[in-house]
Amino acid sequence: MKLDPAIRDQVLATVPSLRAFAISLCGNIDRADDLVQETLLRALAHIDSFEPGTNMPAWLFTILRNLFRSEYRKRRREVEDAEGRYAETLKSHPEQTGRVEFDEFRTALAKLPADQREALILVGASGFSYDDAAAICGCAVGTIKSRVNRARTRLADLLAIDSVDDFGPDRATRAVLAGGGRG
Amino acid sequence: MDESKEGRVGLKSHGRIGKSEDMKSHKTNVEAVEPADQPEHPDMAKRPHRPEIRLGREAQARIGELLRNMYNSYVNQGVPPHLADLVRRLGDEG
Repeated sequence: MKLDPAIRDQVLATVPSLRAFAISLCGNIDRADDLVQETLLRALAHIDSFEPGTNMPAWLFTILRNLFRSEYRKRRREVEDAEGRYAETLKSHPEQTGRVEFDEFRTALAKLPADQREALILVGASGFSYDDAAAICGCAVGTIKSRVNRARTRLADLLAIDSVDDFGPDRATRAVLAGGGRG
Repeated sequence: MDESKEGRVGLKSHGRIGKSEDMKSHKTNVEAVEPADQPEHPDMAKRPHRPEIRLGREAQARIGELLRNMYNSYVNQGVPPHLADLVRRLGDEG
């Protein structure tokens, strides 16, 4: 049975953001493309489990995220050995942002715990609601909010972005709190 | 409770006689603690409470801008031909 062209178009339309999510997660374009390809193979093999009219991007992102996490567990040391290697593996550089700033951001992003990184990308870049991000990650909405907040705080510290609320903790305190654990 | 009647005979035959006195008391302590307030989600039960801190709006906006710039640079690369071909081929095969 041929795939419904409308479903196929929905899948194709999601691929750019799905791929952006994959690159942002694993920091390697070749691995990201493999991850997207595996995601598409699984999705289309189980397309009957997708309910038309529901959120196709969220469905595909969930598959990709789960594939990444299962691979991540196998290759944890490699992924967490991210001091510079993450950015080095990325070869494309946008024109709209300074290259140094761009690379600094990617390097800082790679230093986040994986659960904080995925939460921040889903909510802050992919445009998912906290509810959708929680469903994709299989956790509570409050957990996603906490992870996003900690990710932002850690990035602010790594990138020396200082505009914390007037009565907020100082930078050293933020670093301790943000680096204190995964949440 | 009389521990001599708890069926530990099988364990003794393997050379390890249950738990030490320290562990017994530890087990007892753990079991004695009934959570007064159930956490909203199982995740919450695993972690000690840590204070949340919140960045100012400018810092949040700056991080959001950097994040979206990076992400959009990848999105703007579009669909690599081999992935588009894969979807079309699988779609045609059904």
